[in-house]
Amino acid sequence: MKSFKGAAVALAALALAVVPFAGARAQDYPNRPITMVVPFAAGGPTDTVARLVAESMSRTLGQQVIVENVGGAGGTRGAGQVAKATPDGYTVLLHHIGQATSATLYRKLPYNVLTDFETVGLVTDVPMTMIGKSTLEPKTAAELIAYVKDKKDAVIYGNAGVGSASHLCGMLFMSALGTQVTTVPYQGTGPAMNDLVGGQIDLMCDQTTNTTGQIKAGKVKAFAVTTKDRVKSLPDLPTFQEVGLPGFEVAVWHGMYAPKGTPKAEIDKLNAALKAALQDPKVIARFADLGTEPVSQERATPQVHKEFLAAEVAKWKPVIEQAGVFAD
Amino acid sequence: MEIFDNLALGFSVAVTFQNIFYCFIGVLLGTLIGVLPGLGPVPTIAMLLPITFGLPPVSALIMLAGIYYGAQYGGSTTAILINLPGESSSVVTAIDGYQMARKGRAGAALATAAIGSFFAGSVATFLLAVFAPPLADLALKFGPPEYFALMVLGLVASVALAAGSVIKALAMVVLGILLGLSGQDVYTGTPRFTFDMLELADGIEFVALAMGVFGIGEIVRNLEDEHSRKVMVQKVKGLLLSKEDIRRIVGPILRGTFIGSFLGILPGGGAILSSFAAYSIEKKISRHPEEFGKGAIEAVAAPESANNAGAQTSFIPMLTLGIPSNPVMALMIGALIIQGIVPGPNVVNEQPSLFWGIIASMWIGNLMLVVLNLPLIGMWVRLLTVPYHILFPLIVGFCCIGVYSVNNNALDVFTMALFGVVGYVLVKLDCEPAPLLLGFIIGPMLEEYLRRAMLISRGDPTVFFTRPISATMLALAVLALAVVLLPSVRRRREEAFKE
Repeated sequence: MKSFKGAAVALAALALAVVPFAGARAQDYPNRPITMVVPFAAGGPTDTVARLVAESMSRTLGQQVIVENVGGAGGTRGAGQVAKATPDGYTVLLHHIGQATSATLYRKLPYNVLTDFETVGLVTDVPMTMIGKSTLEPKTAAELIAYVKDKKDAVIYGNAGVGSASHLCGMLFMSALGTQVTTVPYQGTGPAMNDLVGGQIDLMCDQTTNTTGQIKAGKVKAFAVTTKDRVKSLPDLPTFQEVGLPGFEVAVWHGMYAPKGTPKAEIDKLNAALKAALQDPKVIARFADLGTEPVSQERATPQVHKEFLAAEVAKWKPVIEQAGVFAD
Repeated sequence: MEIFDNLALGFSVAVTFQNIFYCFIGVLLGTLIGVLPGLGPVPTIAMLLPITFGLPPVSALIMLAGIYYGAQYGGSTTAILINLPGESSSVVTAIDGYQMARKGRAGAALATAAIGSFFAGSVATFLLAVFAPPLADLALKFGPPEYFALMVLGLVASVALAAGSVIKALAMVVLGILLGLSGQDVYTGTPRFTFDMLELADGIEFVALAMGVFGIGEIVRNLEDEHSRKVMVQKVKGLLLSKEDIRRIVGPILRGTFIGSFLGILPGGGAILSSFAAYSIEKKISRHPEEFGKGAIEAVAAPESANNAGAQTSFIPMLTLGIPSNPVMALMIGALIIQGIVPGPNVVNEQPSLFWGIIASMWIGNLMLVVLNLPLIGMWVRLLTVPYHILFPLIVGFCCIGVYSVNNNALDVFTMALFGVVGYVLVKLDCEPAPLLLGFIIGPMLEEYLRRAMLISRGDPTVFFTRPISATMLALAVLALAVVLLPSVRRRREEAFKE
């Protein structure tokens, strides 16, 4: 039985190691590293945004901001972990549009998206692009709309899974056109892109982070961007609003959160560091590579973020309920 | 010849003091984390990403790539020595490698793994250099119907993994498939067997399951055996390979390299199947299949070569198409983006020194791994003579840390403990865990590809027979099944098992 005791001791030591230190005083905040939870796997677009911001914030705050990937359940596992974390300013969450949609997509969420977090500020709006396989008939966005209206569910639309940004974009596209296409979910953007480039599926809508390389190499056809304005890195692509879909707007917006009850002084320090990161030339340059840019300084505030989150929750609720797709 | 110009460019980049240094750091770290049970390349690379901020892109990628294939190398060490496969690719190595270790032949098994991996790595790197673009196009021809057929073939072949009863092996495959079904349904989002726990929304973690049924189960089994309670092996026989050994591993290494190079290109499951496929084929064509499962050296050589070849060729879709084929490749793409390089099909043309530099560094890295690992074999083997009361608590402790680090999920540690008990029960019932793990991996993919193929064909099942690649593989699967079921063949199998 000796070895079992050994294992128990090892486990106990492990358990102790993860209990956070408590009782740090506000004026010397931050005096130890800050954990930035990213509720998705390392290497993905959200992770990349987080790491760029974290690196810049570390320099401003004088303490390391460490990115921790807590993936799973469409981002709700990581968000749930932050919602329950000690509200001392040492745990923050960097989440995307999924924070707003999960409020409707998940009916048994163990936290409340609107009341269990303090908003720190918006970070960036990553545009999305509607792309098709290279052999797809239509050449322009207008032709695509006519084609989809004509072929209806013979058109195969791939997405990165239930609740993903590509899923949301597809739902919005269908409701804007008033028609249904055949939706094929994948586990993540990688395999979906693989099948699109290989010509197995017809259409996909995804973040510029994933699509710009493929578009520029001519491996896929690009039809339109999903934002209000054209995207600087893809200047030839029209917006959906330009080609006759008024009000069609979806971007993978990112925001930073802290657990409910985090003191205002800490939130202000975090927000100041976030604002500084969004003006950091290196962050701006890398964001440009991703086809995006930091939000304006006015939008990177807790108040604007809070209002925007509530508006987004309200915007997606009917779209999701109309599609009747839930993640639990 | 353009290829020589390209390779010359690659080596001119890779053979600088700085890049050789980062390559060395990468493979060394990779080997270390590979050896530590449960710690895999994904958390390691994620942890090191911030460090690569300050490096030039080529050096960063060379180091991260080194961690990946170095971990494949190191992972087989733990699988062989203590029956702990930290990654799906080393599950197969554990079957016969661990039996060799128990017979005191750990040195030979480790040497075989090292040599097989080096050969396979070198060949696959060469293939990557010469044929990357056409191979990537070939991978794109694999649509959902082809993947489905491939999974069927893999599942049929998995029965060959069993050394004992075919019925028990089938039962294990089915149990594995059932376990694999837990988690959120990809198509509808409906949670299955998750008991309303968000931690289970993505299903049972493979690493927790594998380390539980293999490693922890084996530790529990060892504890009840009074006689062998002190150390695993009293005396370690020769570390080096005999002439007979070398004769026996040449064929398996060549075949394993071929299989691994090809399957490694296929994103989404191809690489996972390669070591299983290599094992099954060796057992089918071996003149002494009865030794498989009891410490056959071929059964270490073939899957090890296959998984290392696959590790190199899995870079093909990432480097030539900008599409990640597994979580490690997704991290590499993240690293490229942080460096300001937009991944995609244009990287080869726009960043030739990056592309060819990484390829050249892989060859150098593989060479370093052999030079690094052969002398270490003696040390690893001595680990087996460490008394159990020191070794086992250490292993269990590392397993807990390793499993936790995969997803930062405490539930995974409890899952591992639970499956440790399951693993022990399976040993008592004389059921083998390898088919269970294969079922666990293949089952969900089988379902995913079947439903996807049906969705895309809009419900037309003939799609599996009218597409040539899919039809061929399904025909092969039927053939393989017929061979297993043919009475004369079966009798011979049964005779073989009695020995």
